[in-house]
Amino acid sequence: MRWRNLSPRALATVAVLAGLAIVPPLALLTGATFYIDVFTRIMIFGIAALSLDLILGYGGMVSFGHAAYLGIGAYAVGILAFYGIHDGFLQFGTAILASALAALFIGFVSLRTSGVYFIMITLAFAQMIYFLSVSLNTYGGDNGLNIDRHSDFAGLLDLDHANTLYYLVFAILVFCLCLGRRLVDSRFGMVIRGARSNERRMSAIGFPVLRYKLTAFAIAGVMCGVAGALLANQQLFVAPAIMEWTRSGEILMMVILGGMGTLIGPIVGAVAFLALETVLADLTEHWQIIMGPILVLVVLFGRGGIFGLLSRWRFARHRG
Amino acid sequence: MDPILVLAQALNGLQFGIMLFLMAAGLTLVFGIMNLINLAHGSFYMVGAYVAAATFQATKSFLLAVIGGTGAGAAVGILVEVVVFRRLYARDHLDQVLATFGLILFFNEAVRMIWGSTALYATVPHFLAGQVDILPGVPYPAYRLAIIVVGLVVAALLYLVITHTRIGMLIRAGASNRVMAGALGVNVRLLYTLVFGLGAGLAALAGLMAGPIFTVESGMGEHVLILTFVVIVIGGIGSIRGAFVAALLVGFVDTMGRAFLRPLLATVMTASAADDAGPALASVLIYLLMATVLFVRPRGLFPPRTR
Amino acid sequence: MAEPLLSVTELFKHFGGVVATDNVSLSIAEGELHAIIGPNGAGKTTLIAQLMGELRPDHGSIRLGGGDVTWLPSHRRSRSGMGRSFQITSIFPDFTVLENVALAVQAHAGHSFRFWRSARTDPALQEPARAILERVGLAIRADVPAAVLAHGEKRLLEIAIALATRPRLLLLDEPMAGMGPEDAARMVAFLKRLKGAVTLLLVEHDMDAVFALADRITVLVYGRVIASGPPEMIRADTDVRKAYLGDDEVP
Repeated sequence: MRWRNLSPRALATVAVLAGLAIVPPLALLTGATFYIDVFTRIMIFGIAALSLDLILGYGGMVSFGHAAYLGIGAYAVGILAFYGIHDGFLQFGTAILASALAALFIGFVSLRTSGVYFIMITLAFAQMIYFLSVSLNTYGGDNGLNIDRHSDFAGLLDLDHANTLYYLVFAILVFCLCLGRRLVDSRFGMVIRGARSNERRMSAIGFPVLRYKLTAFAIAGVMCGVAGALLANQQLFVAPAIMEWTRSGEILMMVILGGMGTLIGPIVGAVAFLALETVLADLTEHWQIIMGPILVLVVLFGRGGIFGLLSRWRFARHRG
Repeated sequence: MDPILVLAQALNGLQFGIMLFLMAAGLTLVFGIMNLINLAHGSFYMVGAYVAAATFQATKSFLLAVIGGTGAGAAVGILVEVVVFRRLYARDHLDQVLATFGLILFFNEAVRMIWGSTALYATVPHFLAGQVDILPGVPYPAYRLAIIVVGLVVAALLYLVITHTRIGMLIRAGASNRVMAGALGVNVRLLYTLVFGLGAGLAALAGLMAGPIFTVESGMGEHVLILTFVVIVIGGIGSIRGAFVAALLVGFVDTMGRAFLRPLLATVMTASAADDAGPALASVLIYLLMATVLFVRPRGLFPPRTR
Repeated sequence: MAEPLLSVTELFKHFGGVVATDNVSLSIAEGELHAIIGPNGAGKTTLIAQLMGELRPDHGSIRLGGGDVTWLPSHRRSRSGMGRSFQITSIFPDFTVLENVALAVQAHAGHSFRFWRSARTDPALQEPARAILERVGLAIRADVPAAVLAHGEKRLLEIAIALATRPRLLLLDEPMAGMGPEDAARMVAFLKRLKGAVTLLLVEHDMDAVFALADRITVLVYGRVIASGPPEMIRADTDVRKAYLGDDEVP
């Protein structure tokens, strides 16, 4: 059968996307329609994790402040809605612009450093943005801001319907996946991957590496900002908690859990992480005491995340 | 502005800086010697605060509380080192960050399970409850003064140990070349465990001293942890001297910022605008400081010589 | 006499109290194969780092083809026509052999802000890369991950990457490092073929190779040039024999 000839990555991509595509009809059939909402949220984090994988898995940039862009995108929608601006194009456009500017600035300062300094400075910037949003009392401060209406895309989409929002997020997810796939194989992608593999040699052969890394950083930030704008629509609520540093850690975990450097892995990771969180939270209110050690075990023993596991399993089956 | 108020806040800044130093010393030692980022360092701080508060409630003895808190912190540190960190030394920083992030979740939930979700009450011991005149007519809380004194004594002891004793020499040798030190017969494994325990103990000490001033609650370690990372990054990762200078700087800037930015801004803008801008800027001040330092010196103020 | 391709004038570099490069001057003509030899600690690595822009000299100047490159950063120097291979193999282990070379080709094929088309199937990158691989003899290993190559093959790839940037001056830092006699002989043969097509600056310890290949030799001891000239002159120079060659080691 031809399925055997497809790479594990292609198979996984098809499986995941097909699975996500049929969630709404499935949920309708079984009467458990709240799953549509659950999976909308999962896909949003999938986009966020995918954007992080671009710079982390392919570029080797360990950004511990990625949730900041989630927050910037969400607040762009929230603040505009606060002033009665509900036009989706304007809101999303602002989210994209704001994320891009923030990423360019943060990247410009942070990419001068490397290693643990880079991790810390990206974390610090995320904290700055977090504290800024806490102190903005006009927009709810710590308590957050309610959004009374979904984004209005010139009447083309009625996001009040859960299904419509679901498939909008799904479409954006697929788009980001395709974009990511083309990006990593393009000339630009090769520079980013080369810089991760051997930055010194990249400079020696004539690449001005910094400007490419900065661009990648901005692209990832914008993608995550879009996820944030979608999150604002899904929750109809924005709060500083969206960009707590623990949130950045969770997005990182999703990438690692799923398998970094694969693009589809982080999406799988988002599903796995949020599903695990939900299941454990149902089991006990003290779910974090189980989640914590699970994360530790995954890091210590789970090489390549879920995806790595699947690849090895498939490889073993072929040989056996 | 009232000069006595300024002096009091300056001393508060010093006191906060000293506490940050106790946290930072352990963290920077562990990073400098074992090349390990430990996000769970704040958990030792929390353990120290909780165990000290609980011990004091049970025994009413401040001495026992101090011993209990510091001991518990060091013990937990050593346990975690043996069980988890030994496997992390060879891994890259990303793995260390994520694994220790998992540990934070574990510890935060553990203290909630043992002591409940409401904050624990930690009191200042009787003999330190009053005020002391540091200058004629200038009173200052005795407890905070005690923290400053204890911190400076610990800093001095640490300096003496590291530079003048055999253990200190071994630590510095381990820092500059682990493999060679091991080849020369130094029990590097034991050394690492001891260093880790020392760092955890210092963090626990900071935590138990902070208990009466801040609240003893789950997650209390994280806020301090981030500031601690800011401190060691500004100071230069791996440098105790850098940690000391940076800790005092950060403690000072943060405290003075929170105390005086709002009134200062109120002189140039409306009171309500200053009410928003003041705290916002104050929270962000430390990070701006770090970003500025890193921009000029990407490896901190006193980066130790690399191996 | 034509303007030399590389002109180093009174280069000086010190670290604290140690003088690593002491008033070094040398010039290399176009098409020449110039060797730099010297005992360990002579400052060869420091000199190369300054030539390639990884280190800034304290005094002196470096001119390439008439243009001053003394203060140019690494990547700009590569753009000016200087290429180098590293003493400790510095390839891209995550990529295949072909991708390694294609990356170097890409570096000099305009800007890389191209986000959509695949680089892997781009003939503008793949063809020149294959040609380079043919030249060094690695064509059959094109699709092998670089990490699994044998040591000798890695050293060839090392040079192939540098060649792909079409340098006017190619600096080879101990290309024969860690090679057995067979691999070394192959490398010498390859470098002989390369001679004339590219100007070469060779830093080497392997004296057989040096005397077989070099048009001119410069001897560096404690950061200073103690002799510079054609091989026969160097061979006969008593200072050089005393400091470096040792009377019984003359090939």
